Amino acid sequence: MKKTEPSRRKLLSLGASVATGAGLATLTACAKKEAPSELGAPLSSYGARSPHETSARALPPADSPTPSTGASRTPLQDSYGIITPSSLHFERHHSGVPDIDPVKHQLLLHGLVDQPLVYSVEDLKHFPSVSRVHFLECSGNGRSEYSASLGPTPQASHGLASCSEWTGVPVTALLKEAGIKPEARWIIAEGADPCHLTRSIPISKILDDALIAYAQNGEPLRPEQGYPVRLLLPGFEGNTNIKWLRRLMAAVEPAMTTHETAYYTDLMPDGKARIFTFDLEAKSVITRPSGGHKLAYGPGAYEITGLAWSGRGKITRVEISTDGGKSWKDAEMQQPVFSKAFTRFRAMWNWEGQAASIQSRAADESGYRQPTGDELVAVRGRNYGYHNNQIKVWYVKADGSVSHAENV
Amino acid sequence: MRRMCRSEGDGGQGPVWNGRKKRGARGQKFLLVAMACGVFAGQNSATAQNARIGKPATEAQIRAVDLTVFPDGTGLPIGKGTAAKGKDLYKDKCAVCHNDKGEGRENQYPALVGGIGTITSSKPIRTVGSYWPYATTIFDYVRRAMPYDHPGSLQTDEIYSVVAFVLNLNGIIAENDEINEKTLPKVKMPNAGNFVPDARPDVKSKR
Repeated sequence: MKKTEPSRRKLLSLGASVATGAGLATLTACAKKEAPSELGAPLSSYGARSPHETSARALPPADSPTPSTGASRTPLQDSYGIITPSSLHFERHHSGVPDIDPVKHQLLLHGLVDQPLVYSVEDLKHFPSVSRVHFLECSGNGRSEYSASLGPTPQASHGLASCSEWTGVPVTALLKEAGIKPEARWIIAEGADPCHLTRSIPISKILDDALIAYAQNGEPLRPEQGYPVRLLLPGFEGNTNIKWLRRLMAAVEPAMTTHETAYYTDLMPDGKARIFTFDLEAKSVITRPSGGHKLAYGPGAYEITGLAWSGRGKITRVEISTDGGKSWKDAEMQQPVFSKAFTRFRAMWNWEGQAASIQSRAADESGYRQPTGDELVAVRGRNYGYHNNQIKVWYVKADGSVSHAENV
Repeated sequence: MRRMCRSEGDGGQGPVWNGRKKRGARGQKFLLVAMACGVFAGQNSATAQNARIGKPATEAQIRAVDLTVFPDGTGLPIGKGTAAKGKDLYKDKCAVCHNDKGEGRENQYPALVGGIGTITSSKPIRTVGSYWPYATTIFDYVRRAMPYDHPGSLQTDEIYSVVAFVLNLNGIIAENDEINEKTLPKVKMPNAGNFVPDARPDVKSKR
């Protein structure tokens, strides 16, 4: 073999020869003898990650005068596959995380029903259960991308989204027991948090796929995700997925609560505000390489990977551009693709060692395809704020560093 | 007995999101019929065979937690207040965040007053006066969530008085106008006509 500087390709082919018996024998013969081993840690009752891993939710400034309200963000740039660890699921609270005794907690179903009913958490677990993989996303996720100060990492730009396997009971099972009256058009949901956050949900959504979830990723909900029970409305903006759920009320009209009038309404340029804009439209972001990363192996092959999701069903296609949006090619989507869930995509890219920009765009089974920021602003203006699903661009510099900004 | 009637505050036209709602209603009718016909029998066979799991809720249980106030006034408790009576209470319980005249503080705490004329500008200021479509929402929100550090601590007449004070700060009612369960739903909010249904998908991605 000719002696040259080792390249990524050479290292890869070396790896291939090591895998053969002959290569392995050579390496073993040359190796120094290892020091005697020390025993590892004993068993543990509830596992923790390696102390060498430090990936964490991003918190608001520690000096906030109102620390019980605010949001923490998921470090999407560190994610693998489609499931967000429960410990890293984004949070949005309005009056802090309540400490609820599951034995005392009750869910009341009343209003336009034949028989108002009350359920304990054990009652809810007695129903036949379902488990489904779904994302949750705050409709304010991506707000920074409407402004001049773009999110420098996926965590900053897209971190108010996470994906879990949720287990619970369809709300229809409870409605069937209580006997919902035909004039009921809305379900008013309310939490047991100190501010009793409340939203009005169209009955069509409740009958479609709404769950009362009591478990997340194989164990009871985390307190910050609504322990002991939360409403889960797949594909609907995060705020409607009422945590610490204590009450469901069937009604003819929506209640016009603060969080569906003063907030979570979408202001258009003509001063009209869209109300009850529940669906989260198709969105994607490249998580690796992304802002803050470095292409550390020099020119050559790199995997571009990221996440795509839609509140309207399954992701059907994710395309990648590495030339500023001039040309696009299909990324591979991790199977199976779940409806209203994170979909992991991957594509190989040969970086030639020059400045480049990389971006992804997703399409869903409704036929919708993710737009650019300019296309969004042209229709909605810049006061919209919520529901920003624009294409996110990362800029690779000639030195291999990756940034959210073209000229930094 | 609670009223569950259609809102009277929308001039008989029904709210603007009726179109969307009607679609939902058709879907609901289908699903309810489907449930009655046993389409869901496979999914829910266990509950169909077993006794009901939920326990009947008493009126007292419902009253203890039912906080919802609707735009037509359904859910408002009997009580009353005026801006004049709410002034000192506002100063004690609300001004620490929302400031003396409801102007808010340094983007940290939302303004309750002002912003009229800014909604189509590049810096819209969304306040009770410039943006909120229903006065009943103020009562509902103050009762369930304010003051921030002691939600649920205000008495009914205190809530009516604080609501009156905020409405008066915005010039919507006079200082001595009585706000109660009958008058609050009739208060006309300046921006009430500017809410429209979801028009998405509204943005087409070009090839």
